[in-house]
Amino acid sequence: MTAAVETAQTTTIHGDRVSLLRVLGPAHVWALGVGIVLVGEFTGWNFSADKGGALAALIVCWIVGLLYTSVAMIDSEVTSTVAAAGGQYAQAKHIVGPLMAFNVALFLVFAYTMLEVSDAILLGDTIVAKAGVEGLTHNSFIAATIVVLAWLNYRGVLMTLNVNFVITAIAYVSIVILFFSVSPWTQGAVLKLNELVTPGNALPYGWIGVIAAFQFGIWYYLGIEGTTQAAEEVRSPARSLPYGTMAGMITLLIAAAMTWYVCASMMPWEYLGITYYPLWDAGKLSGSPLLENLLFIATLLSALASANGCINDAARAWFSLGRDRYLPSWFSAVHPKYRTPYRSILFLLPIALAFAFIADLNQAITFSILSGVLQYTFMSINIMMFRKKWPLGSIRRGYTHPFHPLPAIVLFCLCMVTFFAIFLGFGSQLIAMTVFYFLISLWFHFYRYKFVRRGDQFSMPWPKPQGY
Amino acid sequence: MARYTPPQQSKAGQIFDIAVVVVAIFVALWLPLKLGLAGAAKSIDPLDAKTWDALGQNATMASIWEKLGYTPETAHDVIQNHFHYIIDWPTLIIMAIVLIAYFVFLFRASDKEYREVINEKFDDK
Repeated sequence: MTAAVETAQTTTIHGDRVSLLRVLGPAHVWALGVGIVLVGEFTGWNFSADKGGALAALIVCWIVGLLYTSVAMIDSEVTSTVAAAGGQYAQAKHIVGPLMAFNVALFLVFAYTMLEVSDAILLGDTIVAKAGVEGLTHNSFIAATIVVLAWLNYRGVLMTLNVNFVITAIAYVSIVILFFSVSPWTQGAVLKLNELVTPGNALPYGWIGVIAAFQFGIWYYLGIEGTTQAAEEVRSPARSLPYGTMAGMITLLIAAAMTWYVCASMMPWEYLGITYYPLWDAGKLSGSPLLENLLFIATLLSALASANGCINDAARAWFSLGRDRYLPSWFSAVHPKYRTPYRSILFLLPIALAFAFIADLNQAITFSILSGVLQYTFMSINIMMFRKKWPLGSIRRGYTHPFHPLPAIVLFCLCMVTFFAIFLGFGSQLIAMTVFYFLISLWFHFYRYKFVRRGDQFSMPWPKPQGY
Repeated sequence: MARYTPPQQSKAGQIFDIAVVVVAIFVALWLPLKLGLAGAAKSIDPLDAKTWDALGQNATMASIWEKLGYTPETAHDVIQNHFHYIIDWPTLIIMAIVLIAYFVFLFRASDKEYREVINEKFDDK
Protein backbone atom coordinates (compact mmCIF):
# COMPACT_ATOMS: atom_id res chain seq x y z
CA MET A 1 0.00 0.00 0.00
CA THR A 2 1.38 3.44 -0.86
CA ALA A 3 1.73 6.28 1.57
CA ALA A 4 -1.01 8.08 -0.28
CA VAL A 5 -3.47 5.26 0.20
CA GLU A 6 -2.69 5.21 3.86
CA THR A 7 -3.57 8.87 4.17
CA ALA A 8 -6.90 8.71 2.32
CA GLN A 9 -9.38 10.38 4.64
CA THR A 10 -12.98 9.67 5.36
CA THR A 11 -16.06 11.63 6.30
CA THR A 12 -18.80 10.37 8.55
CA ILE A 13 -22.28 10.37 7.03
CA HIS A 14 -25.18 9.10 9.16
CA GLY A 15 -22.72 7.15 11.27
CA ASP A 16 -20.97 5.50 8.29
CA ARG A 17 -17.38 6.27 7.31
CA VAL A 18 -17.46 7.34 3.67
CA SER A 19 -14.45 8.28 1.52
CA LEU A 20 -13.85 9.37 -2.08
CA LEU A 21 -13.54 6.39 -4.44
CA ARG A 22 -10.13 5.31 -5.83
CA VAL A 23 -11.20 4.51 -9.38
CA LEU A 24 -9.06 6.67 -11.68
CA GLY A 25 -6.05 5.78 -13.85
CA PRO A 26 -3.42 7.81 -15.81
CA ALA A 27 -5.82 8.36 -18.74
CA HIS A 28 -8.29 10.04 -16.40
CA VAL A 29 -5.50 12.22 -14.99
CA TRP A 30 -4.55 13.20 -18.56
CA ALA A 31 -8.21 13.88 -19.38
CA LEU A 32 -8.66 16.01 -16.28
CA GLY A 33 -5.56 18.14 -16.98
CA VAL A 34 -5.82 18.45 -20.76
CA GLY A 35 -9.62 18.64 -20.59
CA ILE A 36 -9.45 21.73 -18.40
CA VAL A 37 -6.74 23.39 -20.49
CA LEU A 38 -7.50 22.53 -24.10
CA VAL A 39 -10.21 25.20 -24.32
CA GLY A 40 -7.31 27.67 -24.08
CA GLU A 41 -6.35 26.73 -27.65
CA PHE A 42 -9.90 27.33 -28.83
CA THR A 43 -10.17 30.76 -27.20
CA GLY A 44 -8.18 33.00 -24.88
CA TRP A 45 -4.57 32.49 -26.03
CA ASN A 46 -5.29 34.70 -29.02
CA PHE A 47 -5.93 37.72 -26.77
CA SER A 48 -2.16 37.69 -26.31
CA ALA A 49 -1.93 38.64 -30.02
CA ASP A 50 -4.11 41.63 -29.23
CA LYS A 51 -1.75 42.59 -26.41
CA GLY A 52 1.48 42.34 -28.37
CA GLY A 53 0.99 41.07 -31.94
CA ALA A 54 1.19 37.62 -33.54
CA LEU A 55 4.89 37.11 -32.85
CA ALA A 56 4.39 38.06 -29.18
CA ALA A 57 1.73 35.33 -28.99
CA LEU A 58 4.31 32.79 -30.23
CA ILE A 59 7.06 34.03 -27.90
CA VAL A 60 4.80 33.76 -24.87
CA CYS A 61 3.56 30.35 -26.07
CA TRP A 62 7.15 29.11 -25.66
CA ILE A 63 8.12 31.07 -22.55
CA VAL A 64 4.86 30.35 -20.73
CA GLY A 65 5.31 26.75 -21.87
CA LEU A 66 8.56 26.84 -19.89
CA LEU A 67 6.66 28.24 -16.89
CA TYR A 68 4.17 25.38 -17.04
CA THR A 69 6.84 22.76 -17.63
CA SER A 70 8.34 23.98 -14.35
CA VAL A 71 4.88 23.79 -12.76
CA ALA A 72 4.37 20.23 -14.02
CA MET A 73 7.82 19.09 -12.85
CA ILE A 74 7.46 20.61 -9.39
CA ASP A 75 3.86 19.50 -9.03
CA SER A 76 4.67 15.95 -10.07
CA GLU A 77 7.28 15.61 -7.35
CA VAL A 78 5.25 17.13 -4.55
CA THR A 79 1.92 15.57 -5.47
CA SER A 80 3.31 12.09 -6.00
CA THR A 81 4.52 12.41 -2.41
CA VAL A 82 1.59 14.33 -0.86
CA ALA A 83 -1.29 12.62 -2.62
CA ALA A 84 -4.52 13.88 -1.06
CA ALA A 85 -7.69 15.58 -2.33
CA GLY A 86 -7.15 19.30 -2.74
CA GLY A 87 -3.81 18.89 -4.57
CA GLN A 88 -1.73 21.99 -3.89
CA TYR A 89 -3.88 22.66 -0.83
CA ALA A 90 -2.72 19.43 0.79
CA GLN A 91 0.86 20.27 -0.22
CA ALA A 92 0.66 23.70 1.45
CA LYS A 93 -0.85 22.19 4.59
CA HIS A 94 2.02 19.76 5.02
CA ILE A 95 4.87 22.00 3.90
CA VAL A 96 4.05 25.66 4.70
CA GLY A 97 1.16 25.79 7.15
CA PRO A 98 -2.62 26.06 7.54
CA LEU A 99 -2.99 29.73 6.52
CA MET A 100 -1.10 29.12 3.29
CA ALA A 101 -3.24 26.05 2.65
CA PHE A 102 -6.39 28.10 3.16
CA ASN A 103 -5.16 30.67 0.63
CA VAL A 104 -4.07 28.06 -1.89
CA ALA A 105 -7.49 26.41 -1.74
CA LEU A 106 -9.09 29.79 -2.42
CA PHE A 107 -6.68 30.34 -5.37
CA LEU A 108 -7.80 26.99 -6.73
CA VAL A 109 -11.49 27.63 -6.23
CA PHE A 110 -11.28 31.09 -7.83
CA ALA A 111 -9.10 29.96 -10.72
CA TYR A 112 -11.32 26.99 -11.57
CA THR A 113 -14.67 28.65 -10.96
CA MET A 114 -13.76 31.62 -13.15
CA LEU A 115 -12.37 29.25 -15.77
CA GLU A 116 -15.68 27.40 -15.67
CA VAL A 117 -17.45 30.75 -16.11
CA SER A 118 -15.25 31.56 -19.13
CA ASP A 119 -16.02 28.16 -20.64
CA ALA A 120 -19.75 28.62 -20.23
CA ILE A 121 -19.62 32.11 -21.79
CA LEU A 122 -17.58 30.75 -24.72
CA LEU A 123 -20.02 27.90 -25.25
CA GLY A 124 -23.03 30.24 -25.14
CA ASP A 125 -21.45 32.77 -27.49
CA THR A 126 -20.35 30.08 -29.95
CA ILE A 127 -23.86 28.64 -30.19
CA VAL A 128 -25.38 32.11 -30.59
CA ALA A 129 -22.85 32.98 -33.32
CA LYS A 130 -23.56 29.72 -35.18
CA ALA A 131 -27.33 30.11 -34.89
CA GLY A 132 -27.24 33.69 -36.21
CA VAL A 133 -30.77 34.28 -34.92
CA GLU A 134 -31.59 37.87 -34.04
CA GLY A 135 -32.47 38.35 -30.38
CA LEU A 136 -31.01 35.01 -29.27
CA THR A 137 -28.83 35.52 -26.19
CA HIS A 138 -26.27 33.24 -24.59
CA ASN A 139 -27.90 33.27 -21.14
CA SER A 140 -29.91 30.06 -21.40
CA PHE A 141 -26.95 28.14 -22.86
CA ILE A 142 -24.67 29.36 -20.08
CA ALA A 143 -27.15 28.36 -17.38
CA ALA A 144 -27.80 24.95 -18.96
CA THR A 145 -24.07 24.23 -19.30
CA ILE A 146 -23.24 25.03 -15.69
CA VAL A 147 -26.27 23.23 -14.22
CA VAL A 148 -25.96 20.05 -16.33
CA LEU A 149 -22.23 19.72 -15.67
CA ALA A 150 -22.75 20.28 -11.95
CA TRP A 151 -25.32 17.47 -12.02
CA LEU A 152 -22.85 15.21 -13.84
CA ASN A 153 -20.22 15.93 -11.19
CA TYR A 154 -22.78 15.32 -8.47
CA ARG A 155 -23.47 11.86 -9.91
CA GLY A 156 -19.90 10.56 -9.83
CA VAL A 157 -16.27 11.22 -10.64
CA LEU A 158 -15.67 8.17 -12.84
CA MET A 159 -18.54 9.00 -15.21
CA THR A 160 -17.47 12.68 -15.20
CA LEU A 161 -13.91 11.93 -16.21
CA ASN A 162 -14.87 9.22 -18.69
CA VAL A 163 -16.99 11.84 -20.45
CA ASN A 164 -14.05 14.25 -20.26
CA PHE A 165 -11.66 11.73 -21.78
CA VAL A 166 -13.87 11.21 -24.83
CA ILE A 167 -14.72 14.85 -25.53
CA THR A 168 -11.16 16.04 -24.86
CA ALA A 169 -9.79 13.46 -27.28
CA ILE A 170 -12.26 14.54 -29.99
CA ALA A 171 -11.39 18.23 -29.49
CA TYR A 172 -7.66 17.47 -29.61
CA VAL A 173 -7.96 15.34 -32.75
CA SER A 174 -9.85 18.19 -34.44
CA ILE A 175 -6.78 20.46 -34.01
CA VAL A 176 -4.55 17.77 -35.54
CA ILE A 177 -6.99 17.28 -38.44
CA LEU A 178 -7.14 21.05 -39.07
CA PHE A 179 -3.34 21.26 -38.98
CA PHE A 180 -2.82 18.53 -41.58
CA SER A 181 -5.76 19.67 -43.72
CA VAL A 182 -4.23 23.09 -44.41
CA SER A 183 -0.96 21.65 -45.79
CA PRO A 184 1.36 22.97 -43.08
CA TRP A 185 4.42 22.04 -45.13
CA THR A 186 3.41 24.49 -47.91
CA GLN A 187 3.16 28.24 -47.60
CA GLY A 188 1.00 30.22 -50.05
CA ALA A 189 -1.78 27.74 -50.74
CA VAL A 190 -3.87 28.01 -47.55
CA LEU A 191 -1.36 29.26 -45.01
CA LYS A 192 0.17 32.69 -45.65
CA LEU A 193 2.33 33.36 -42.63
CA ASN A 194 4.91 35.48 -44.51
CA GLU A 195 2.22 37.82 -45.79
CA LEU A 196 0.32 38.09 -42.51
CA VAL A 197 3.18 38.34 -40.03
CA THR A 198 5.62 40.82 -41.52
CA PRO A 199 8.64 42.64 -40.03
CA GLY A 200 6.41 45.71 -39.80
CA ASN A 201 3.57 44.15 -37.78
CA ALA A 202 5.15 41.19 -35.93
CA LEU A 203 5.63 43.18 -32.71
CA PRO A 204 3.42 46.26 -33.10
CA TYR A 205 4.05 47.46 -29.52
CA GLY A 206 7.66 46.32 -29.29
CA TRP A 207 8.91 44.30 -26.29
CA ILE A 208 6.49 45.91 -23.83
CA GLY A 209 3.77 44.21 -25.90
CA VAL A 210 5.53 40.85 -25.48
CA ILE A 211 5.52 41.30 -21.72
CA ALA A 212 1.86 42.41 -21.78
CA ALA A 213 1.06 39.28 -23.80
CA PHE A 214 2.10 37.09 -20.85
CA GLN A 215 -1.28 37.83 -19.27
CA PHE A 216 -3.17 35.81 -21.85
CA GLY A 217 -0.23 33.57 -22.73
CA ILE A 218 -1.01 31.86 -19.43
CA TRP A 219 -4.25 30.75 -21.01
CA TYR A 220 -2.45 28.35 -23.36
CA TYR A 221 -1.90 26.02 -20.39
CA LEU A 222 -3.82 27.32 -17.35
CA GLY A 223 -5.22 24.46 -15.30
CA ILE A 224 -2.78 21.62 -16.11
CA GLU A 225 -1.91 21.59 -12.42
CA GLY A 226 -5.52 20.51 -11.82
CA THR A 227 -4.43 16.91 -12.31
CA THR A 228 -3.40 16.88 -8.66
CA GLN A 229 -6.96 17.44 -7.47
CA ALA A 230 -7.73 13.83 -8.29
CA ALA A 231 -4.91 12.58 -6.05
CA GLU A 232 -7.23 10.92 -3.57
CA GLU A 233 -9.30 9.24 -6.28
CA VAL A 234 -6.38 7.81 -8.31
CA ARG A 235 -5.58 4.11 -7.90
CA SER A 236 -1.80 4.64 -7.99
CA PRO A 237 -0.97 8.32 -7.31
CA ALA A 238 2.82 7.92 -7.35
CA ARG A 239 2.68 6.55 -10.90
CA SER A 240 -0.47 8.04 -12.42
CA LEU A 241 -0.05 11.67 -11.37
CA PRO A 242 3.44 12.37 -12.78
CA TYR A 243 2.70 10.29 -15.87
CA GLY A 244 -0.68 11.94 -16.56
CA THR A 245 0.58 15.45 -15.83
CA MET A 246 3.74 15.27 -17.95
CA ALA A 247 1.90 13.54 -20.81
CA GLY A 248 -0.71 16.29 -20.59
CA MET A 249 1.93 19.03 -20.75
CA ILE A 250 3.57 17.47 -23.83
CA THR A 251 0.15 17.16 -25.48
CA LEU A 252 -0.59 20.81 -24.79
CA LEU A 253 2.76 22.13 -26.03
CA ILE A 254 2.15 20.36 -29.35
CA ALA A 255 -1.44 21.64 -29.56
CA ALA A 256 -0.39 25.22 -28.72
CA ALA A 257 2.34 25.25 -31.40
CA MET A 258 -0.03 23.85 -34.05
CA THR A 259 -2.78 26.28 -33.08
CA TRP A 260 -0.53 29.35 -33.30
CA TYR A 261 0.95 28.28 -36.62
CA VAL A 262 -2.40 27.68 -38.29
CA CYS A 263 -4.19 30.73 -36.87
CA ALA A 264 -1.34 33.21 -37.38
CA SER A 265 -1.03 31.93 -40.97
CA MET A 266 -4.72 32.38 -41.71
CA MET A 267 -5.87 35.70 -40.22
CA PRO A 268 -4.47 39.19 -39.58
CA TRP A 269 -3.23 39.69 -36.03
CA GLU A 270 -5.72 42.49 -35.35
CA TYR A 271 -8.59 40.08 -35.99
CA LEU A 272 -6.88 37.14 -34.30
CA GLY A 273 -6.54 39.28 -31.16
CA ILE A 274 -10.25 39.96 -30.78
CA THR A 275 -12.04 36.87 -32.04
CA TYR A 276 -13.61 34.54 -29.49
CA TYR A 277 -13.19 31.52 -31.81
CA PRO A 278 -9.77 31.52 -33.53
CA LEU A 279 -9.80 27.82 -34.43
CA TRP A 280 -13.40 27.85 -35.61
CA ASP A 281 -12.53 30.93 -37.71
CA ALA A 282 -9.55 29.04 -39.13
CA GLY A 283 -11.95 26.24 -40.07
CA LYS A 284 -14.22 28.75 -41.80
CA LEU A 285 -11.33 30.41 -43.65
CA SER A 286 -10.10 27.04 -44.90
CA GLY A 287 -13.15 26.98 -47.16
CA SER A 288 -14.08 23.46 -46.08
CA PRO A 289 -17.59 23.12 -44.56
CA LEU A 290 -16.42 19.86 -42.96
CA LEU A 291 -13.56 21.58 -41.15
CA GLU A 292 -15.77 24.51 -40.22
CA ASN A 293 -18.36 22.23 -38.59
CA LEU A 294 -15.72 20.03 -36.98
CA LEU A 295 -14.04 23.05 -35.35
CA PHE A 296 -17.40 24.43 -34.27
CA ILE A 297 -18.23 21.17 -32.51
CA ALA A 298 -14.71 20.91 -31.10
CA THR A 299 -14.96 24.44 -29.66
CA LEU A 300 -18.13 23.42 -27.84
CA LEU A 301 -16.61 20.14 -26.64
CA SER A 302 -13.44 21.81 -25.39
CA ALA A 303 -15.53 24.30 -23.40
CA LEU A 304 -17.63 21.48 -21.97
CA ALA A 305 -14.59 19.39 -21.02
CA SER A 306 -12.92 22.34 -19.37
CA ALA A 307 -15.99 23.41 -17.39
CA ASN A 308 -16.53 19.80 -16.36
CA GLY A 309 -12.98 19.44 -15.02
CA CYS A 310 -13.17 22.83 -13.32
CA ILE A 311 -16.31 21.90 -11.38
CA ASN A 312 -14.57 18.69 -10.34
CA ASP A 313 -11.45 20.53 -9.11
CA ALA A 314 -13.08 23.55 -7.47
CA ALA A 315 -15.47 21.32 -5.54
CA ARG A 316 -12.63 19.14 -4.25
CA ALA A 317 -10.63 22.15 -3.04
CA TRP A 318 -13.73 23.54 -1.28
CA PHE A 319 -14.50 20.10 0.16
CA SER A 320 -10.99 19.88 1.59
CA LEU A 321 -11.43 23.23 3.33
CA GLY A 322 -14.58 21.94 5.00
CA ARG A 323 -13.02 18.61 5.96
CA ASP A 324 -10.18 20.33 7.80
CA ARG A 325 -12.62 22.84 9.36
CA TYR A 326 -10.94 25.80 7.65
CA LEU A 327 -14.49 26.49 6.53
CA PRO A 328 -17.67 25.13 8.14
CA SER A 329 -17.48 21.34 8.22
CA TRP A 330 -20.89 21.16 6.52
CA PHE A 331 -18.99 21.33 3.20
CA SER A 332 -17.08 18.15 3.93
CA ALA A 333 -20.02 15.85 3.29
CA VAL A 334 -19.51 13.01 0.81
CA HIS A 335 -22.63 11.78 -0.97
CA PRO A 336 -23.55 8.42 0.58
CA LYS A 337 -24.44 6.87 -2.79
CA TYR A 338 -22.34 8.70 -5.42
CA ARG A 339 -19.32 9.30 -3.13
CA THR A 340 -18.84 12.86 -4.42
CA PRO A 341 -18.36 16.15 -2.48
CA TYR A 342 -21.93 17.08 -3.39
CA ARG A 343 -22.47 20.00 -1.02
CA SER A 344 -19.37 21.75 -2.31
CA ILE A 345 -20.53 21.15 -5.89
CA LEU A 346 -23.95 22.63 -5.13
CA PHE A 347 -22.55 25.57 -3.15
CA LEU A 348 -20.25 26.72 -5.97
CA LEU A 349 -22.99 26.37 -8.60
CA PRO A 350 -24.78 29.73 -7.94
CA ILE A 351 -21.45 31.57 -7.63
CA ALA A 352 -20.44 30.36 -11.10
CA LEU A 353 -23.86 31.27 -12.49
CA ALA A 354 -23.75 34.75 -10.98
CA PHE A 355 -20.35 35.59 -12.47
CA ALA A 356 -21.27 34.09 -15.83
CA PHE A 357 -23.93 36.78 -16.07
CA ILE A 358 -21.99 39.78 -14.71
CA ALA A 359 -18.49 39.32 -16.19
CA ASP A 360 -17.48 39.26 -19.84
CA LEU A 361 -15.13 36.67 -21.31
CA ASN A 362 -11.77 38.38 -20.94
CA GLN A 363 -12.62 39.65 -17.43
CA ALA A 364 -13.53 36.12 -16.31
CA ILE A 365 -10.32 34.82 -17.92
CA THR A 366 -8.30 37.47 -16.08
CA PHE A 367 -9.87 36.57 -12.71
CA SER A 368 -8.85 32.99 -13.34
CA ILE A 369 -5.32 33.91 -14.46
CA LEU A 370 -4.79 36.13 -11.40
CA SER A 371 -5.53 33.34 -8.96
CA GLY A 372 -3.48 30.93 -11.06
CA VAL A 373 -0.37 33.13 -10.97
CA LEU A 374 -0.68 33.65 -7.20
CA GLN A 375 -0.75 29.89 -6.90
CA TYR A 376 2.30 29.37 -9.13
CA THR A 377 4.23 31.91 -7.05
CA PHE A 378 3.41 29.82 -4.00
CA MET A 379 4.53 26.64 -5.80
CA SER A 380 7.96 28.04 -6.60
CA ILE A 381 8.58 28.79 -2.91
CA ASN A 382 6.84 25.63 -1.73
CA ILE A 383 9.23 23.27 -3.56
CA MET A 384 12.25 25.04 -2.04
CA MET A 385 10.76 24.57 1.44
CA PHE A 386 9.84 20.95 0.65
CA ARG A 387 13.41 20.06 -0.33
CA LYS A 388 14.79 21.94 2.70
CA LYS A 389 12.45 20.36 5.26
CA TRP A 390 12.68 16.85 3.79
CA PRO A 391 15.92 16.54 1.75
CA LEU A 392 16.20 13.80 -0.87
CA GLY A 393 16.44 10.42 0.80
CA SER A 394 14.64 11.47 3.98
CA ILE A 395 11.19 10.40 2.69
CA ARG A 396 9.92 8.24 -0.16
CA ARG A 397 9.09 10.35 -3.22
CA GLY A 398 6.96 9.00 -6.08
CA TYR A 399 8.94 11.16 -8.51
CA THR A 400 11.96 13.46 -8.13
CA HIS A 401 12.19 16.31 -10.61
CA PRO A 402 15.61 17.10 -12.13
CA PHE A 403 17.65 20.33 -12.14
CA HIS A 404 16.36 21.61 -8.78
CA PRO A 405 16.29 24.57 -7.99
CA LEU A 406 16.33 25.80 -11.62
CA PRO A 407 12.63 25.06 -12.34
CA ALA A 408 11.61 26.85 -9.12
CA ILE A 409 13.71 29.93 -9.98
CA VAL A 410 12.39 30.01 -13.56
CA LEU A 411 8.85 29.67 -12.29
CA PHE A 412 9.25 32.46 -9.73
CA CYS A 413 10.82 34.87 -12.26
CA LEU A 414 8.15 34.19 -14.88
CA CYS A 415 5.42 34.74 -12.26
CA MET A 416 6.90 38.18 -11.53
CA VAL A 417 6.86 39.02 -15.24
CA THR A 418 3.23 37.87 -15.43
CA PHE A 419 2.26 40.03 -12.45
CA PHE A 420 3.73 42.98 -14.33
CA ALA A 421 1.81 41.96 -17.47
CA ILE A 422 -1.43 41.82 -15.50
CA PHE A 423 -0.59 45.23 -14.01
CA LEU A 424 -0.47 46.65 -17.55
CA GLY A 425 -4.12 45.77 -18.08
CA PHE A 426 -5.75 44.82 -14.83
CA GLY A 427 -3.59 46.45 -12.14
CA SER A 428 -6.54 47.63 -10.05
CA GLN A 429 -8.09 44.17 -10.25
CA LEU A 430 -4.85 42.59 -9.08
CA ILE A 431 -4.63 44.98 -6.11
CA ALA A 432 -8.32 44.39 -5.25
CA MET A 433 -7.90 40.62 -5.31
CA THR A 434 -4.69 40.70 -3.28
CA VAL A 435 -6.38 42.94 -0.70
CA PHE A 436 -9.22 40.40 -0.60
CA TYR A 437 -6.79 37.54 0.04
CA PHE A 438 -5.02 39.65 2.68
CA LEU A 439 -8.27 40.44 4.54
CA ILE A 440 -9.61 36.90 4.35
CA SER A 441 -6.20 35.69 5.63
CA LEU A 442 -6.52 38.00 8.65
CA TRP A 443 -10.02 36.60 9.22
CA PHE A 444 -8.67 33.04 9.08
CA HIS A 445 -5.57 33.59 11.19
CA PHE A 446 -7.19 35.59 13.98
CA TYR A 447 -10.68 34.00 14.04
CA ARG A 448 -11.35 30.89 11.96
CA TYR A 449 -8.18 29.01 12.86
CA LYS A 450 -9.48 28.42 16.40
CA PHE A 451 -11.84 25.76 14.97
CA VAL A 452 -8.96 23.80 13.41
CA ARG A 453 -7.52 20.69 15.09
CA ARG A 454 -3.78 21.38 15.12
CA GLY A 455 -2.07 18.00 14.97
CA ASP A 456 -4.61 16.58 12.51
CA GLN A 457 -3.33 18.96 9.83
CA PHE A 458 -0.29 16.76 9.33
CA SER A 459 -1.45 13.37 8.11
CA MET A 460 1.57 12.13 6.12
CA PRO A 461 3.70 9.34 7.64
CA TRP A 462 6.86 11.46 7.45
CA PRO A 463 9.53 12.30 10.02
CA LYS A 464 9.58 15.69 11.71
CA PRO A 465 10.61 18.40 9.24
CA GLN A 466 14.18 19.68 9.54
CA GLY A 467 14.42 22.98 11.43
CA TYR A 468 11.38 22.32 13.64
CA MET B 1 2.31 19.65 24.69
CA ALA B 2 -1.40 19.49 25.55
CA ARG B 3 -3.58 18.54 22.63
CA TYR B 4 -5.63 21.53 21.46
CA THR B 5 -9.38 20.94 21.47
CA PRO B 6 -11.20 23.37 19.18
CA PRO B 7 -14.58 24.77 20.23
CA GLN B 8 -17.73 23.37 18.62
CA GLN B 9 -19.21 25.85 16.17
CA SER B 10 -22.96 26.46 16.27
CA LYS B 11 -25.09 26.17 13.12
CA ALA B 12 -25.70 29.92 13.19
CA GLY B 13 -21.95 30.49 13.43
CA GLN B 14 -21.34 28.22 10.45
CA ILE B 15 -23.95 30.04 8.37
CA PHE B 16 -22.44 33.40 9.36
CA ASP B 17 -18.95 32.24 8.32
CA ILE B 18 -20.24 31.01 4.96
CA ALA B 19 -21.95 34.38 4.43
CA VAL B 20 -18.71 36.24 5.23
CA VAL B 21 -16.79 34.24 2.62
CA VAL B 22 -19.47 34.61 -0.06
CA VAL B 23 -19.77 38.38 0.48
CA ALA B 24 -15.98 38.74 0.40
CA ILE B 25 -15.78 36.79 -2.88
CA PHE B 26 -18.43 38.95 -4.53
CA VAL B 27 -16.92 42.21 -3.29
CA ALA B 28 -13.43 41.26 -4.50
CA LEU B 29 -14.52 40.11 -7.93
CA TRP B 30 -17.61 42.15 -8.65
CA LEU B 31 -16.74 45.58 -7.22
CA PRO B 32 -13.84 46.32 -9.63
CA LEU B 33 -16.16 45.36 -12.52
CA LYS B 34 -18.90 47.63 -11.19
CA LEU B 35 -16.46 50.51 -10.69
CA GLY B 36 -15.05 50.00 -14.19
CA LEU B 37 -11.53 49.39 -12.89
CA ALA B 38 -10.94 46.16 -14.81
CA GLY B 39 -9.56 46.35 -18.35
CA ALA B 40 -6.62 47.83 -20.15
CA ALA B 41 -6.39 51.32 -21.64
CA LYS B 42 -7.33 50.73 -25.26
CA SER B 43 -8.55 53.44 -27.59
CA ILE B 44 -9.13 54.05 -31.28
CA ASP B 45 -6.59 56.13 -33.17
CA PRO B 46 -8.85 57.32 -36.02
CA LEU B 47 -7.75 57.63 -39.64
CA ASP B 48 -9.34 59.98 -42.17
CA ALA B 49 -8.75 57.72 -45.16
CA LYS B 50 -10.46 54.38 -44.57
CA THR B 51 -8.80 52.18 -47.18
CA TRP B 52 -7.01 48.85 -46.76
CA ASP B 53 -3.79 50.57 -47.74
CA ALA B 54 -4.20 53.37 -45.19
CA LEU B 55 -5.02 50.76 -42.56
CA GLY B 56 -1.69 49.05 -43.26
CA GLN B 57 -3.26 45.93 -44.78
CA ASN B 58 -1.65 44.24 -47.78
CA ALA B 59 -3.63 42.41 -50.48
CA THR B 60 -3.60 39.08 -48.59
CA MET B 61 -4.77 40.68 -45.35
CA ALA B 62 -7.48 42.67 -47.17
CA SER B 63 -8.81 39.53 -48.86
CA ILE B 64 -9.05 37.73 -45.49
CA TRP B 65 -10.82 40.67 -43.86
CA GLU B 66 -13.31 40.59 -46.73
CA LYS B 67 -13.77 36.82 -46.32
CA LEU B 68 -14.55 37.51 -42.67
CA GLY B 69 -17.23 40.00 -43.74
CA TYR B 70 -15.38 43.26 -43.07
CA THR B 71 -15.01 46.37 -45.23
CA PRO B 72 -12.30 49.01 -44.64
CA GLU B 73 -14.94 51.09 -42.84
CA THR B 74 -16.01 48.30 -40.44
CA ALA B 75 -12.46 47.03 -39.94
CA HIS B 76 -11.19 50.53 -39.10
CA ASP B 77 -12.27 50.41 -35.45
CA VAL B 78 -10.75 46.94 -35.01
CA ILE B 79 -7.43 47.71 -36.65
CA GLN B 80 -6.98 51.17 -35.14
CA ASN B 81 -8.01 50.13 -31.62
CA HIS B 82 -4.64 50.20 -29.88
CA PHE B 83 -3.26 49.66 -26.40
CA HIS B 84 -1.38 52.60 -24.94
CA TYR B 85 1.03 51.04 -22.51
CA ILE B 86 1.93 53.63 -19.89
CA ILE B 87 3.60 52.54 -16.68
CA ASP B 88 1.77 54.25 -13.84
CA TRP B 89 4.59 54.16 -11.30
CA PRO B 90 2.57 55.02 -8.14
CA THR B 91 0.07 52.21 -8.93
CA LEU B 92 2.93 49.82 -9.74
CA ILE B 93 4.63 50.61 -6.44
CA ILE B 94 1.34 50.17 -4.52
CA MET B 95 0.79 46.85 -6.27
CA ALA B 96 4.30 45.66 -5.42
CA ILE B 97 3.92 46.72 -1.76
CA VAL B 98 0.52 45.02 -1.44
CA LEU B 99 1.82 41.79 -3.02
CA ILE B 100 4.99 41.68 -0.94
CA ALA B 101 3.14 42.52 2.29
CA TYR B 102 0.58 39.82 1.53
CA PHE B 103 3.15 37.10 0.90
CA VAL B 104 5.29 38.12 3.90
CA PHE B 105 2.26 37.98 6.20
CA LEU B 106 1.16 34.71 4.63
CA PHE B 107 4.47 32.92 5.20
CA ARG B 108 5.09 34.35 8.68
CA ALA B 109 1.59 33.64 9.99
CA SER B 110 1.58 30.22 8.33
CA ASP B 111 4.90 29.38 9.97
CA LYS B 112 3.49 30.29 13.39
CA GLU B 113 0.52 27.99 12.84
CA TYR B 114 2.73 25.28 11.34
CA ARG B 115 4.90 25.18 14.46
CA GLU B 116 1.78 24.49 16.54
CA VAL B 117 0.81 21.69 14.15
CA ILE B 118 4.29 20.12 14.22
CA ASN B 119 4.62 20.47 17.99
CA GLU B 120 1.28 18.75 18.62
CA LYS B 121 1.88 16.08 15.97
CA PHE B 122 5.40 15.09 16.97
CA ASP B 123 5.44 15.83 20.70
CA ASP B 124 2.93 13.01 21.17
CA LYS B 125 5.62 10.55 20.04
